[in-house]
Amino acid sequence: MLQIIDVHKTFNPGTINEKVALNGVNLHLDAGDFCTIIGGNGAGKSTTLNAVAGVWPVDQGIILLDKKNITGLPEHKRAAYLGRVFQDPMTGTAATMEIQENLALAARRGKSRTLSWGIHKQEKDKYRELLKILDLGLEDRLTSKVGLLSGGQRQALTLLMATLQQPKLLLLDEHTAALDPKTAEKVLRVTDQVIAENHLTALMVTHNMKDAIAHGNRLIMMHEGRVILDIKGEEKKKLTVADLMHQFEVVSGKEFDSDKAILA
Amino acid sequence: MSYFVSLNPLNLLNALPGCIAQGLIWGIMALGVYVTFRLLDFADLTVDGSFATGGAITVMLTLSGLPIPVALLIAVIAGMAAGTVTGLLHTALGIPPILAGILTQIALYSVNLHIMGMAANQAISVQKYDLLISLMNVSKAILVGSLFAAILIAVLYWYFGTEQGSSIRATGCNQAMSKANGININFTKVLALALSNGIVCLGGGLMAQYQGFADINMGRGSIVIGLAAVIIGEVFGDALLRKHMNFAFRLIFVVLGGVIYYIVVGIVLWLKLNSNDLKLFTAIIVAVFLAVPYLQSRRKSSFARTAKASAAALKALNNKEVQ
Repeated sequence: MLQIIDVHKTFNPGTINEKVALNGVNLHLDAGDFCTIIGGNGAGKSTTLNAVAGVWPVDQGIILLDKKNITGLPEHKRAAYLGRVFQDPMTGTAATMEIQENLALAARRGKSRTLSWGIHKQEKDKYRELLKILDLGLEDRLTSKVGLLSGGQRQALTLLMATLQQPKLLLLDEHTAALDPKTAEKVLRVTDQVIAENHLTALMVTHNMKDAIAHGNRLIMMHEGRVILDIKGEEKKKLTVADLMHQFEVVSGKEFDSDKAILA
Repeated sequence: MSYFVSLNPLNLLNALPGCIAQGLIWGIMALGVYVTFRLLDFADLTVDGSFATGGAITVMLTLSGLPIPVALLIAVIAGMAAGTVTGLLHTALGIPPILAGILTQIALYSVNLHIMGMAANQAISVQKYDLLISLMNVSKAILVGSLFAAILIAVLYWYFGTEQGSSIRATGCNQAMSKANGININFTKVLALALSNGIVCLGGGLMAQYQGFADINMGRGSIVIGLAAVIIGEVFGDALLRKHMNFAFRLIFVVLGGVIYYIVVGIVLWLKLNSNDLKLFTAIIVAVFLAVPYLQSRRKSSFARTAKASAAALKALNNKEVQ
């Protein structure tokens, strides 16, 4: 479904702040793969997601989605194929607009925005049903401004928005990192549910090794802008945090440096 | 004492209808400012130029024999073109919003002179032409102004409920979210700027008819008057309607903000303030109305307040312990 072939990206090239963020990333995802990405700070996890989303053009390499070359498409055009949830709960929704307006905007992802009414009666009923499934008490608050919601509610809403139009690929960029543990667990449960029900292909960045192991059918580890570990199938099911840390040290020749990842 | 004796309440009463008519026209212009300032979150200074463009085109085309509605329509289209220029300066060339607006505004000064045949002003007589709105007939002017405002509010209310209008509101609220949902934010920005300046040109066209001439300087400071109307309207609307302040009321209160502003100006002139000080006065009004919501929120939650309350609580606590 997704092919990332030898993608490079350097930020601020030729300056004192030069930073090689992606240094030849290769990754192939099959349809239906739910792949988690782990790695230390600056490993290139979020940068990889941003490269796929088209936040900026890559320096070199090819990104194919469902065999279509999207490397040269700007962000708003790629959005037609991608569902995205961000780390910051503020990023994924429009705070001054109503819950139903946010959903209606997302329902038109990839379609041209015409002069027909921005939200229809039937839509509202559909949204109410979908929000009921989230079980966050949002189904009776369709006309509330999103700014009034908690971080967890906003992330769940963003998740729903990202999948209203079936995306070819769902990009989850540490979408539970800003939430308290209990809420994070709930949002992850909703994530699993949404991905399974819609048979989505998904990439999920996380700092939490346990989450990375517990979710999805595949796990990759990144280090210094490359994929250094790719674990799938039966091997992933048997994986433990200790295994992962050991493998990291073998592959990278360094000690795993993120206390947060170990303790989490 | 003689100063107070010289103030005749009847004069104020007589001046009031004229203030209302002018306020309505500026209120219409302020709807354009509202689109960029509030909905798109873009402080657009183009309007100081495009307001005069609206007046200049309306007057010149009417003088050349075109029917006034056609002249106004062309003025609106010219305004949309001006807004598009600002939009492209920002989106295609990466110039910051305020600078992009200023560049178009200064360019329009020359353009407006060309439109008016290199004259600083051009008169249009209500006797010779069938003007829609004129200070010679103030009650009709109020009626026509209200009608234009009502139609415009209805159109804007509809438009910002459509898919396209919603995408402009989303762009103004959260650009990252808009892009992630497939909205081309460069397009929506240009669209909103065009719409806004079209409305501003309509206001300019009406103002030129009302005062009976177009003037190269008629737009000077109009962004401040537009902002004054938007902010005064919001402060009054929020105070009066509180939770019921929906989008339709917001638009209505923007126009009312213009009217309130001109009534205040009328009172100030009645108090015999030098009309040359009017711009200074406008700046003070806008500053006051911008500050009011902020100061109100600070009154509810400030360190000075908690300092007092906590000191009192601490004293009570200490007294209790002593006992």
